[in-house]
Amino acid sequence: MSAIAVDLKVKQGFRFYESTIGKKVVMAVTGFILFGFVVGHLIGNLQVFGPPEKINNYAVMLRTVPAALWAARIVLLLSVVLHIVASIQLTKLKWDARPVKYQIKENVGSTYASRTMMWSGPIIAAFVIYHLLHFTFGWRVLSPHFDQHNVYNNIIYGFQFWPASLFYIVAMVLLGMHLYHGVWSMFQTLGVSHPRYTPWLRRLALAFALFVAGGNILIPAAVLTGYLKPVMGV
Amino acid sequence: MNVTLHVWRQKQGAGKGRMVRYEARNVSEDMSFLEMLDVVNEELIEKGEEPIAFDHDCREGICGMCGFMINGVAHGPVPGTTVCELHMRHFKDGDDLYIEPWRARAFPVIKDLVVNRSAFDRIIAAGGYISVSTGSAPDGNAIPVPKEKAERAMDAAACIGCGACVAACPNAAAALFTGAKITHLAMLPQGAPERPQRALKMVLQMKEEMFGHCTNIGECEAVCPKQISIEVIARMNHDFIRASWSEREAPYRADQPAGEPSAGGCQ
Repeated sequence: MSAIAVDLKVKQGFRFYESTIGKKVVMAVTGFILFGFVVGHLIGNLQVFGPPEKINNYAVMLRTVPAALWAARIVLLLSVVLHIVASIQLTKLKWDARPVKYQIKENVGSTYASRTMMWSGPIIAAFVIYHLLHFTFGWRVLSPHFDQHNVYNNIIYGFQFWPASLFYIVAMVLLGMHLYHGVWSMFQTLGVSHPRYTPWLRRLALAFALFVAGGNILIPAAVLTGYLKPVMGV
Repeated sequence: MNVTLHVWRQKQGAGKGRMVRYEARNVSEDMSFLEMLDVVNEELIEKGEEPIAFDHDCREGICGMCGFMINGVAHGPVPGTTVCELHMRHFKDGDDLYIEPWRARAFPVIKDLVVNRSAFDRIIAAGGYISVSTGSAPDGNAIPVPKEKAERAMDAAACIGCGACVAACPNAAAALFTGAKITHLAMLPQGAPERPQRALKMVLQMKEEMFGHCTNIGECEAVCPKQISIEVIARMNHDFIRASWSEREAPYRADQPAGEPSAGGCQ
């Protein structure tokens, strides 16, 4: 391959990303990866409702192949960074596109969730940082009882502190809203739309949003109500 | 009926404007919104004041000249209607009506409610056409067009280019307009040869004109007087992604001078 051809490919890539659609495609693809992670993460976590060994063994299993773990982490981190960078650039374009605001502006065709993506997104990002410090790195300040080998108890001790649970629940409601618009919107951005399937995509997005938000809220709710209790000697 | 109007007044060439209050008295319910403004303007002229400037032409909802925000909704509260076809019977006696021009960097205000929509013309000039060889006219039915495709092209071609989609969009995006134009030509065999380049050129021109991005929220289709579906935006995205992916030669750039043939051979 000649140098010119490489140069051309780079330029084409830049031009694609320069367009608003190119940035939206990056948001859709990275959003899809993060959505897949969120669903998998929840299915894994719901094992907390089984015997304590189940989720603890699952946590060990995830770390059996460090290369695979780190590959997944790098893909996720890259997706998060690209998702955030593209959203910031698009927001900047949006601000530039309407310098004079309306005195009165009514919304007649959009959902609350779809208009607040730039609010739910950053709050979810802040939540993810808190969540990693809380349960992955186990910062003493946030999780005084943290034990790297006892995921089950970590979850329960973590959520017995009710302000933490409350923040989780609020963040999951926002994540549900983010997915309610995002899961449908990514198909539209990638050019997939059909009068026969699009209404089902919207329903699918609602179903996933309810599943992710509801499923994740179930865990702190179960701890707060005392359904899940810490287990000694696991 | 009587209504109170709060109208955006901005002198020609002025960077700023302000809302001015007017009382419209003895308004007939059978008047269109523009006829009501005509009556208000008559009174303003009699008083020696500057009449309210607004765009209009056909007054039957097909030319795309008229349009402004009424209480924060493009073309007013009735769906599928331009302001010229909006009648005063849809308002109540004593209503307060806030009337503002389309707001977007790409649509600078010329005066009062009149905005410059040349950005739309430049998007069309970038690729919203088909090239036809001169010579004897081809036989009318020589190229078969499936009924369903013809319908979809017609639905998209219903776009009158009024700019309500940009005005209603929180990002001031021109995605519905550009999507409609791209879909209109992409559905027909005559539009097929230039389809990839058309999508590339029009989408890049949209960015050059400082329109925002589409977040698929659907405010545009809710106010579109021709009720064009945001399915056309998916069609535009599809064509743009595909053309970007499959393009082979020197890429087209939006800053390329008009008239110069683009070197982009696609697919």
